[in-house]
Amino acid sequence: MTVPKTDQPAVHLTAPLLQQVSPPSAQPGAIVGLATPASTSKLAAIARGEKVETITHAAVSRETPVLEVLRFNLWYGAKQALHEISLPLPEGKVTALIGPSGCGKSTLLRSVNRMNDLIDTVRIQGDMKLHGDSIYHPAVDVIELRKRMGMVFQKPNPFPMSIYENVVYPLRVDGERDRRLLDETAERCLRGAALWDEVKDRLHESALALSGGQQQRVCIARAIAGDPEVLLLDEPCSALDPIATNKIEELIQELKGAYTILIVTHNMQQAARTSDYTAFMYMGYVIEYGPTADLFVNPHVKETQDYITGRFG
Amino acid sequence: MVALVMIVGLLGLIFYQGGATFWPGPLVEITTHDGRTFLGEVTRSEDYRLDADTLNKLPPAIAANARALLAAHEGQMRRRLLRTGNFDLTGSEYQWVSDYEVVRETEPLWAVTVERTDWGNCYGVVQGFLVTNELRVKDPARAEVETNDPGTAWNRFQQVHEGVRDKLANEHYFVRLQTRGGSKGDKVYDLPVEEVVLAYPANQLSFGGRFKVYLTRWVEFLTDKPRMANTEGGVLPAIWGTVAMTLLLSLLVVPFGVLAALYLREYARPGPIVSAVRIAINNLAGVPSIVFGVFGLGFFCYLLGGSVDQVFFRDRLPSPTFGTGGLLWASMTLALLTLPVVIVSTEEALAAVPSSMREGSYACGASKWQTIWRIVLPRALPGIMTGMILAMARGAGEVAPLMLVGVLKHAPELPIDGVFPFVHLQRSFMHLGFHIFDVGFQSRNSEAARPMVYTTTFLLIVIIALLNLMAVWLRSRLRRRFQVSHF
Ligand SMILES: Nc1ncnc2c1ncn2[C@@H]1O[C@H](COP(=O)(O)OP(=O)(O)OP(=O)(O)O)[C@@H](O)[C@H]1O
Ligand SMILES: [Mg+2]
Repeated sequence: MTVPKTDQPAVHLTAPLLQQVSPPSAQPGAIVGLATPASTSKLAAIARGEKVETITHAAVSRETPVLEVLRFNLWYGAKQALHEISLPLPEGKVTALIGPSGCGKSTLLRSVNRMNDLIDTVRIQGDMKLHGDSIYHPAVDVIELRKRMGMVFQKPNPFPMSIYENVVYPLRVDGERDRRLLDETAERCLRGAALWDEVKDRLHESALALSGGQQQRVCIARAIAGDPEVLLLDEPCSALDPIATNKIEELIQELKGAYTILIVTHNMQQAARTSDYTAFMYMGYVIEYGPTADLFVNPHVKETQDYITGRFG
Repeated sequence: MVALVMIVGLLGLIFYQGGATFWPGPLVEITTHDGRTFLGEVTRSEDYRLDADTLNKLPPAIAANARALLAAHEGQMRRRLLRTGNFDLTGSEYQWVSDYEVVRETEPLWAVTVERTDWGNCYGVVQGFLVTNELRVKDPARAEVETNDPGTAWNRFQQVHEGVRDKLANEHYFVRLQTRGGSKGDKVYDLPVEEVVLAYPANQLSFGGRFKVYLTRWVEFLTDKPRMANTEGGVLPAIWGTVAMTLLLSLLVVPFGVLAALYLREYARPGPIVSAVRIAINNLAGVPSIVFGVFGLGFFCYLLGGSVDQVFFRDRLPSPTFGTGGLLWASMTLALLTLPVVIVSTEEALAAVPSSMREGSYACGASKWQTIWRIVLPRALPGIMTGMILAMARGAGEVAPLMLVGVLKHAPELPIDGVFPFVHLQRSFMHLGFHIFDVGFQSRNSEAARPMVYTTTFLLIVIIALLNLMAVWLRSRLRRRFQVSHF
């Protein structure tokens, strides 16, 4: 199921990779008044357009990274959305991305499985590595790459087909026809997504008839059906009630270990409860990255503390 | 609001007139003051202003009667249109009779309405029943008159009518009718039973009997070939032509339209060329349909069809001949005509597929084509079907281009029959829309054709509605199917 690269919108790679180039224009000037001057030397520096280094805790480097983001920059047209992002994501752990709205969390997540290729105006610089394989190298087969990751979107987006077909969709696009294997996968993933008991009698009914929380769990089941190496979750609970949120958080706990998970969330408690590592992003920069416990209890950067305690944003 | 009233009014008129055409009315025999006698079915009546000149020239007694009628009717005179039939005997089919002219009016018990294979309707009063060994009664005196009693004669007629139409017998039967010719004089006419399609004693029918006649006439209309320059008989070939052409047209237009829309929306890079193509498509929708007809004739019939003839059927001409108008070329022309509708609605349907669904599919590792085939198209299918329905509705009602590319006034051969290869797409065909035009405006007697115009219009509307309903049903079925499972 490989498709010629011409099928995908071109990604403009600036050679050589990893070379630092100053962006054409990245002057996000409107945010200056956001915080008080005294406490925001770093934020003010960003607002002035200066580069800010990521503070990475030492504990991170002791883990084996499965996915490495290497000095990654991304532009939407002339507007730079990601600045020099460098993140090693530890294997089998949950990493949370937090930060105010519009800071580029979704953009970063979508960069990991190259969903941003679908947007014509996007231009990138830098690279990411999945198990040591480059993600953005021109010779990479995007479709094969995406099969190594699962993604769950902010809004549940089940396909207009049955629950069963939704879940086995990644296998279907691989051309899998073995009925037994499909059935097994459907059951395993639906159990994995804590949905099996609710839908086992109506597997062949439309997935659109499910509730929002059930739909989101169908999407999670779908995301793990392809047996991905990395699971990307973009605010998976933002459309859900507390009970469904609970279920999904429990699910994340169960899935971790087997999968490396990168989750975007606006909910600090959720980040604290579910994740092992947390990265705090602001205006396209990762400000601080470290073990969740450390980051929440004694952050090295004052801005992180301000954000976590709700003093800005 | 106005539109609604207009639609309801139009449909009401067509349904009323079309529905009433086959209802058998009573037969009246009217004698006028100048001694003429007419026998016929009242088709309609209207009021008119009687001018003083005519009034003054009338004999005094009649004039007095006329004045009294005028006074009682607010200065208006009523007149009725009698369908007197018997065109072969009198040279006319209809007669206006004003009320003041009438001196005697009866409904004869044994007056019969006869639909004949030739010459249209015949009206007369049954007088007797004859048997001869010749095809025509040359000498009424020599013919063997079986009976002179109308009741017995009618019974005999009914006995022999069933079997006589198809077989050639030595004996020929006739019903002796007293006909009324107005100024042409009354005649005794011996009606050959072979020529009778349907006959009934109009004044003796109960309501049930009338209803039976009504249904019989509808069945005949729907299942027979046309007679009498299309003014009589049925429209089966036209129904066939309309339905076959519409189905073929949708089979042709949908794949092309969908492919074009897919390319424009999913593959082509937005830019001046794509915009130009879009503008061209929209303009195509505004081109007068006759222009498509000319194009179809020139391109499909002559160029394409001519080449087909040259290449494949050189030795076998003229059967089949592709180089003239025919069902296939007509469908292709109309497919071209309705292409913009399908493209535009498909594009809209594609655009309405949420991008989150496409992203979800891409994130699962699907290729672009897989995403389109498995997610986008099923999701857009109802919209595509809507386009098809619109195209069908437009195509089925189009007449002008068809006149150039294959519709004939009279083409009783159906496009499908038992002769290899069973489906003859190169054949000319009949079409209800053209039939309406032909019957209504090209026929010998527009008065006789009038009911046929209404009935055919009625039928055309019903058929288009049925085709659309079928497509709507298919759409809802597909919609359900694609919601539940996938291929
Ligand atoms: N398709 C796009 N085209 C242009 N700019 C975009 C596009 N998508 C996002 N952006 C911009 O990139 C920046 C980062 O957006 P992103 O969606 O990554 O934010 P986010 O952190 O996910 O916010 P939220 O928490 O509200 O989801 C924003 O300023 C946004 O306006
Ligand atoms: Mg987001």
